[in-house]
Amino acid sequence: MAEGSTDTDAPVVFDAVDMAFGERRVLRGLSCSFPRGRISVILGGSGSGKTTVLRLVGGLVRPQGGRIIVAGQEIGGLPESQMYAVRSKLGMMFQGGALLDSLTIFDNLAFPLREHTRLREAEIADEVHKQLAAVGLTDVDALLPGQLSGGMIKRAALARAIITKPEILLCDEPFSGLDPISVKRIEALLRRINRQLGITMLVSSHHIPSTMRMADQVVLLLGNTAVVGAPAELQQSRDATIRNFLNEEVDESLEAAAELATERQSGTWSHP
Amino acid sequence: MIGFVQDLGWMAVRFVDHLGKLAVFAAQIGRALLTPPPRVRPFIEEIFNLGVLSLVIICVSGLAVGMVLGLQGYNTLVRFGAEQSLGAVVGLSLIRELGPVLTALLATGRAGSATAAEIGTMVATEQLDGLRMMSVNPIHLVVTPKAVAMVCVMPLLSALFIVCGLGGGYFVGVKLMGLDGGTYVSSLQNAVDFHDDVVGSLLKALVFGVLVGLIATYRGYTSAPTSAGVSSATTSTVVVGSVSILIFDYFITALWGV
Repeated sequence: MAEGSTDTDAPVVFDAVDMAFGERRVLRGLSCSFPRGRISVILGGSGSGKTTVLRLVGGLVRPQGGRIIVAGQEIGGLPESQMYAVRSKLGMMFQGGALLDSLTIFDNLAFPLREHTRLREAEIADEVHKQLAAVGLTDVDALLPGQLSGGMIKRAALARAIITKPEILLCDEPFSGLDPISVKRIEALLRRINRQLGITMLVSSHHIPSTMRMADQVVLLLGNTAVVGAPAELQQSRDATIRNFLNEEVDESLEAAAELATERQSGTWSHP
Repeated sequence: MIGFVQDLGWMAVRFVDHLGKLAVFAAQIGRALLTPPPRVRPFIEEIFNLGVLSLVIICVSGLAVGMVLGLQGYNTLVRFGAEQSLGAVVGLSLIRELGPVLTALLATGRAGSATAAEIGTMVATEQLDGLRMMSVNPIHLVVTPKAVAMVCVMPLLSALFIVCGLGGGYFVGVKLMGLDGGTYVSSLQNAVDFHDDVVGSLLKALVFGVLVGLIATYRGYTSAPTSAGVSSATTSTVVVGSVSILIFDYFITALWGV
């Protein structure tokens, strides 16, 4: 278990990253790396900056300080026009799916292939159906996103995110708003995709049971700092805040996390 | 008093800030227009959405305005024994002023607000971020076809509004008031100059198209990602768009003489 350790060979590296939205500071000097081909789950309470970490990796927001390296390239100061080349190595599954609501599910999945490949329509159709089958969706070609359930939208979004075979997959809250069966289905899907394609995965979540089952590495955002480690390591932590959080003792841990953040900001806190 | 001056200052700063961002946004649209691949299909869809779906409102409004002009014009002109000039009055009013201005105001209310709401909803539901993550520039795919379509349809809608208005004026003047049809048409023909009036009118409509297209897409694109943000973008498109049209109308009339 470590705080602020980085592996410079990792496909995604955060080095002393600061991020604030107006007066609200979300990340303060965050340093961590996300190992190649592994599932890293970013865990934390609401508003702790989980989604912000993913949006920083995708270049959708820019950090106020520090360095972010994605696929070997520092993206902090990269102009938007050059970010598109970096994003071609990324896939992102948004919390709400972010499927284009005027297109059918088939066209949503075909869209990135039509944009970035020279595949013929028949080949595109084959690939789309292959990905839909991989996420367990059938007979949804002609449906619009608005006609699908929450779980189906997430699966369609996941299929679209991996259809271009990205090196790094970002999944924003893949389990939110789902029933327990759908949670397990998405969890199994993510593990299978990771195993079969060897994609580096960054998953933001506050769903602790799934995190403990699927994560190779957990980045726990507490206050303005991150605690990084394997799930088992974190569960055995001597830090009561970490243990409480992972045991889903929500009220106490959040209270403690808030206190911890205050202590850290005032410099009175030391790592266990 | 100091608070009032401060508020005024902040308003001025925000105005200049928006103006600068709008200029950058316009430049991005210009650059996207020259960047391959051309987005032909979205452009044609927007021509349909903004143009074809506005036909009924434009035709009905044009007809109604032409009929009112015919009635008011006839009642006024007949006092001076100048009712033969009805065609000229209706024609010049519509071509030089009412056609482009009212069309632009109607298009702002119908198509401009719809454009802002659609883009704003895409912002709120992360669809534009989704496009960015698929390495697709949303200004290229979503914004530019809408803005350019607005520029293209505005002169056509304005021309249609004018034609309907002339028809409405003809109906009231000739069919209801008993004016001679030949007199109405020849008065119109003699008074209207193709270059000064018709071309000028179309250019005016073109400028209004640029204004509405730019304001609607900018407001939608920069809206806050919430339902309140979408609502605010829609409202401000109509308000800012309408006021801008009226202000620009004065300056175009004063400087170009159209």
